[in-house]
Amino acid sequence: MSALGALAMTLLLVVPAGAGLGLLRPADYRRGARLSIAATLVSLLAAVTLIWARPETNLYLQVDDFNIYLIVLNNFVSFTTSLFSATYIAHELETGKLTPNYLRFYHAMYQALVFAMNLGLLANNIGLLWVAVELATLVTVLMVGLYRTPAALEAAWKYFILGSLGIALALFGTILIYLAAQPVMGQGLPAMAWDRLLVHASKFDPALLNLAFVFLLLGYGTKAGLVPLHAWLPDAHAEGPTPISAVLSGLLLNVALYAVLRFKMLMSANPSALAPGPLMIMLGLLSLLFAGLMLYRRGDIKRLFAYSSIEHMGIMSFAFGMGGPLANFAGLLHMTMHSLTKSAIFFAVGHISQVKGTQRISTIRGLTATHPLLGWGLVAGVVAIAGMPPFGVFMSEFLVVSSTFARQPWLALPLVIGLLLAFGTLLWRLHGLAFGVPDNAPAVPIKASIWPMLIHLGLVLLAGIWLPGPLVVWFHHVAVLLG
Amino acid sequence: MHSLAFDIAHALAGSMVVLSFLLLYQDRVYALLNVFALHSLALALAVGWQAYLQDAHHLYVTAVVALLFKAIAIPTALHRIVRRLDIHRTLEVVGGVGRDMLAGAALVALAIMVMLPVTEGSNALARQDLAFALAVVLLGLLLMVNRHNAISLVIGFMSLENGLVLAAAGALGMPLVVEISVAFSVLIALIVIGVFLFRIRERFDSVDMQAMDTFREGRRK
Repeated sequence: MSALGALAMTLLLVVPAGAGLGLLRPADYRRGARLSIAATLVSLLAAVTLIWARPETNLYLQVDDFNIYLIVLNNFVSFTTSLFSATYIAHELETGKLTPNYLRFYHAMYQALVFAMNLGLLANNIGLLWVAVELATLVTVLMVGLYRTPAALEAAWKYFILGSLGIALALFGTILIYLAAQPVMGQGLPAMAWDRLLVHASKFDPALLNLAFVFLLLGYGTKAGLVPLHAWLPDAHAEGPTPISAVLSGLLLNVALYAVLRFKMLMSANPSALAPGPLMIMLGLLSLLFAGLMLYRRGDIKRLFAYSSIEHMGIMSFAFGMGGPLANFAGLLHMTMHSLTKSAIFFAVGHISQVKGTQRISTIRGLTATHPLLGWGLVAGVVAIAGMPPFGVFMSEFLVVSSTFARQPWLALPLVIGLLLAFGTLLWRLHGLAFGVPDNAPAVPIKASIWPMLIHLGLVLLAGIWLPGPLVVWFHHVAVLLG
Repeated sequence: MHSLAFDIAHALAGSMVVLSFLLLYQDRVYALLNVFALHSLALALAVGWQAYLQDAHHLYVTAVVALLFKAIAIPTALHRIVRRLDIHRTLEVVGGVGRDMLAGAALVALAIMVMLPVTEGSNALARQDLAFALAVVLLGLLLMVNRHNAISLVIGFMSLENGLVLAAAGALGMPLVVEISVAFSVLIALIVIGVFLFRIRERFDSVDMQAMDTFREGRRK
């Protein structure tokens, strides 16, 4: 069994890397898009195989109960996004916003990003984890700047500087973790392997661990878009190609948060180290409230949903900071639901902005009348992300709130205020977007790919109504692991 | 441990901190690049000396990489970019040199006060190196915060990375993976930077970040 697992694990890395290199060669753009879809499909199948066939953990890579579900989620959303990219980018080519050369570059970079995220999730070595996040950062910087407009360049440059800064801080934290481990575990690779670090963590010097965690939280927190280090996120989302916004929000933020959680587990394993919870709760609440307030005056539809991503990363960070089986369960569920919902919203928004030729909210009115399918898709997505039943996000947010009430009632107050703020603003915006009086501006006809959005929303709805028993048991198990 | 070997290591790491200070007040592009080359040279020597002391052969690789890429290739490439983009103007220093120096001194004090108590268990060499490395990182940050020019930002970022490599070299027996990847990432970063500098110049007719900021204000209206 583990041979099959090892094969699947190798495929997860080799396929995107190979496809990325292959796509750099000049080719017809249709073939490029098809190759990209095929590669992500193979990765998805490999990821699903890993559920049954676990490979042996080695010094570099591992598959355990925690990362397996993120790996499957990651490759699933990569697959649907590559489907969406195919039509989205074909349209950009037709309207002349991109040239075939850039298109080739886009698909190659997309695969490189999938590779980097898979590597980050599979990494057992904390150095390797860092390399993967850095690679993902550099790749997404190039993609955000793809349109070469002044705004896109500015967004990419800001992202580059802030992202590199975060990455640099995270490396310093990584070095400090090694330094804490080295007296206990000796020199060399084992002292960077996460599973062995966890075993020995109780003997590490707590002061060094504390310092390391502060650096790691700030470093990877920058990548996760936590306030006050979020400044790159709205710009990068608004100016880059929409499929990249979907992947950034849905997946890359998760990878960064995943990295933080791995180190949080190390901290929890050492009784005399600082409790990481309060720090994460503080950053989480700050992000939630800040994003809730910022949502109000957004004029750009992609920027609006980018702030909503900050809000949701805040909720997750809060939930994991609270800790305990119930809050962790809610956090894990929320990570999944947010990924699926937010990428579905960006799929809808991508096509909507192509149809309308603009991203300005004030010029997009009455979508349900003019474009029923896209309009109602957006309605469903926004209703879901705002946290209304019967969608899955409602359930996870409800769990976060109720577990907070049970344990720290006074923390529930800012949490609920933040949630309500975001809820109100999103629905208010949605009203104009979906049900306002449509203007008579000519709409650009497009070939939209609706399926990725419908599949995502369907899954979120299903999760809100009925979570399969084995999945619940498994989430519980991981939640206990997280401590 | 208080021997000549220790003193040399100390002097090399310390000279990086001094060079970081020099970076803070350079107001001409070429001078900034040259000081950065010196900074990287000091890094290469410091890492090489660590390799000799620790008898760690892989650190020689890191030292050579630092020498080739950071002390020679990157400054040369940036020199060429600057010439091609025709940026001969002086770089303005926001807030004045005096304030920068004071802030820098405070940051170094902070680095030493944070690192020394925390690393009491480690050996003296690693402790000093780590304190210096954090100082270099913080000074790099200060440089990035204080300048509006794209070139200064890039140099600030790279001097910060030099500090990280110094920290990694000081940690006994840190595996090679990280160092190679750092070198690699710097290389990619250079490509990214090069591409961007050209594009920014192309679009804004300047590499001054303030041009970008005012542009954004205009968009928000």
